[in-house]
Amino acid sequence: MNISQHFPVMIVIIPLISAVIIPLIGRIRRIYGWYVSIAATFSSFLISISLLMTVFEKGRISYWLGNWEPPWGIEYVVDYLSGFVLVVISFIAFIITVYSIKSVGKEIPEHRITPFYSIYMLFVAGLLGMIITGDIFNLYVFIEISSLAGYALIAAGRKRDALIASYNYLILGTIAATFILLGIGYLYMVTGTLNMADLRERLPLLYDSKVVRTAFAFFTVGLSIKIALFPLHIWLPNAYTHAPSVVGALQAATATKVGVYAMIRIMFTVFKPQFILEVVPVSQIFLFLSAVAIIAGSVLAIGQRDIRRMLAYSSIGQIGYIVLGIALANKSSIIGSLIHILNHALMKGGLFLVVGAVVYKTGITDIDDFKGLGKRMPFSMAAFTIGALSMVGVPLTVGFVSKWYLALGALQAGMWVFVPVILISSLLSAVYFWRVINNIYFKDDGVPARIDDAPAGMLMPAFTLAACCIIFGIAAFIPVYITGFAAEMLLRG
Amino acid sequence: MIEIFLGKYNYWIYITLMMIGFYAMIAKHNLIKKIIGMNIFQTAVFLFYISIAKVKGGTAPIVWEEAIQYDNPLPHVLILTAIVVSVSTTAVALALIIRIYKAYGSIEEDKILEMNN
Repeated sequence: MNISQHFPVMIVIIPLISAVIIPLIGRIRRIYGWYVSIAATFSSFLISISLLMTVFEKGRISYWLGNWEPPWGIEYVVDYLSGFVLVVISFIAFIITVYSIKSVGKEIPEHRITPFYSIYMLFVAGLLGMIITGDIFNLYVFIEISSLAGYALIAAGRKRDALIASYNYLILGTIAATFILLGIGYLYMVTGTLNMADLRERLPLLYDSKVVRTAFAFFTVGLSIKIALFPLHIWLPNAYTHAPSVVGALQAATATKVGVYAMIRIMFTVFKPQFILEVVPVSQIFLFLSAVAIIAGSVLAIGQRDIRRMLAYSSIGQIGYIVLGIALANKSSIIGSLIHILNHALMKGGLFLVVGAVVYKTGITDIDDFKGLGKRMPFSMAAFTIGALSMVGVPLTVGFVSKWYLALGALQAGMWVFVPVILISSLLSAVYFWRVINNIYFKDDGVPARIDDAPAGMLMPAFTLAACCIIFGIAAFIPVYITGFAAEMLLRG
Repeated sequence: MIEIFLGKYNYWIYITLMMIGFYAMIAKHNLIKKIIGMNIFQTAVFLFYISIAKVKGGTAPIVWEEAIQYDNPLPHVLILTAIVVSVSTTAVALALIIRIYKAYGSIEEDKILEMNN
C-alpha cells in the first residue's frame, strides 16, 4: 500500500492530531508545542504541493473516506481549484506558525501558550478541511471547527475588548453557519444527496423549485457573513483589531479567503454557472455589493487611526475584489479572483506580521506614533512597504496581476463601469498607505532611539511573504497558469 | 388554506421557533439571553431536519420483520453532529461570557458598550 494514496485525508488529519498532541507534549516543555505546530503545518504544506502536482499529472483526485463509495460516503476532492487554495493556505499557515513564537510569548500569558497552539492547529485543520472536502455537510462541520477555534483565538487578545469582539463574531458566525446548515437541509430534502458532484448532477432539473432557490438564498447570506461582504462585515474590524497579532495575521490571511473558496464551490460546483447568471441572477446583486464593498472598505480605511483597524477595513475592500471576479463569471475575472486570493493572503499576511513585529518591539498601533519608525526598524518597514505597494497594485507586484485580470474580466463581460471602480479604489488605498509610509520615512520624531529592528525569527517570515509578492508579480505566469485551469474547470457548464 | 397550515405544521413550528430565537439573538441586551436565543434558533433547524426524515408509515430505522418502511436515518445522524457543534458553540459562548463578566462586571450589552467608550 502506498502512503501517498492517503495524502488527501492526511492533510486534515495531521493538524487535527497535532492539536491533541500539543497539550500532551507541551507538559514537558512549552516550546515543544510550537515545534509540533511547525512540523504539522510544514508537512501539510508539502503534502498539498504534492497533491497539486498529482492533479497536474493525473487529473482530479477523489479520496473515499473509509473506502465508502460516494455519494454514500464522504469524498475528499483535490482538483485545480482546491489544490491551488490548499497550497496557498497551508503555506501561509506554515509561515505564520514559524513567526508566531516571539509574538505569542509576549502577548499571551505563559500558561496559555500550549492551549493556544492546540486551538491554533484546530483552526488550521478546519480551514484545510473546508478546502478539500467534496461533501456539503462535511463542509458545514469544518466551517464550524474553524469558526469555533477562531472565536477562541480572538478572545486570547490582551485587552478586554477582544472578548466582546469575539462574542459578537460568535453570534454572527453562528447565525451564518446555521443558515448554511438550513440551506444544506433544503438541498438534501429535494435531492437526497450531500455529495457536491452528485448535487451538481441532480440539481439542474430542480432549478425552478422554490426549495432549491431558498436553499441558495440561505447559502448566499450565510457565506456572505462568513466572508464579511460589505453590509455584513460588522464583526470583522473589531475581531482583527483586538485579536493577538498572530491571530490577526492568520485570520486576515486565511479565514475569509477560505470562506470565499466555499462560496465559489457552492456557486460553481454545487450549482452551475448558468444558475447564478441566468436562472437566479444573483450575480447582479453580487456585482453591486462588491463594488460598494471595494469603495466603502477603502474609504473607511482612510479614516482609521489604529493600523490594524485600517488593515481590517482594507480587507473588506479586498474581499470585494474577489467577489467581483466571481460575479463577473468569465475566465479572466475568475483568474483575477483566484490570484487575488493568493495575493491578499500574501500581502495582508505580510502586513499584519510587520504590525505584529512593531507591537512586539514598541507596543504601538496608532498610525500617528509611527513617525520615524523607518530609521529604527528599517527591515520591517521595507517589508511593510512592499506589501503596501502590492496592495495598491503597483506593476511588478502580485497586486497588479490580479487587478489587471479583474479589469480585463470586467471589459470582456462588457461591464466597463467596474474598471474605474478598481482604479479609484487603488488610488484610495494609495492614500491610506501613504499616510503610514509618510509617517514611517519622512517624519523624524516619535519612536525612541533605543528601539531596534525585530528579531530574525519575525523578520524572515515577513520577508518571505513580501518576497513572494514580488516573485509572483514578476513570474506571474505561474499562478495564472494554475488558476487558468481552475477557471476553465469552474466555468464548464 | 387549512391545508397549508395544518398539512405542513412541522414547517410552521420550525419557522416560528427559528424567528423567536433570531429575535432574541438580535434584540436582547443580556448576553446570556442572546445565547438562549441562539440555542432556540439552532434547535429549530434541528427539528426541521428531524421532521423531514419522517416517512409516512415508517418505523424507527432498526431492522424489524414487521416493518413496512423505515424512516430516513441520515438526517438523524447529521443532526447528532450538529447538536455536538451546537453544544460546543454554547460552551465557547458561556466561557466568553464568564470572562466578559470578570473583565467588565456586567453582562448587559449596553453597559459594556458604555464602558468601552
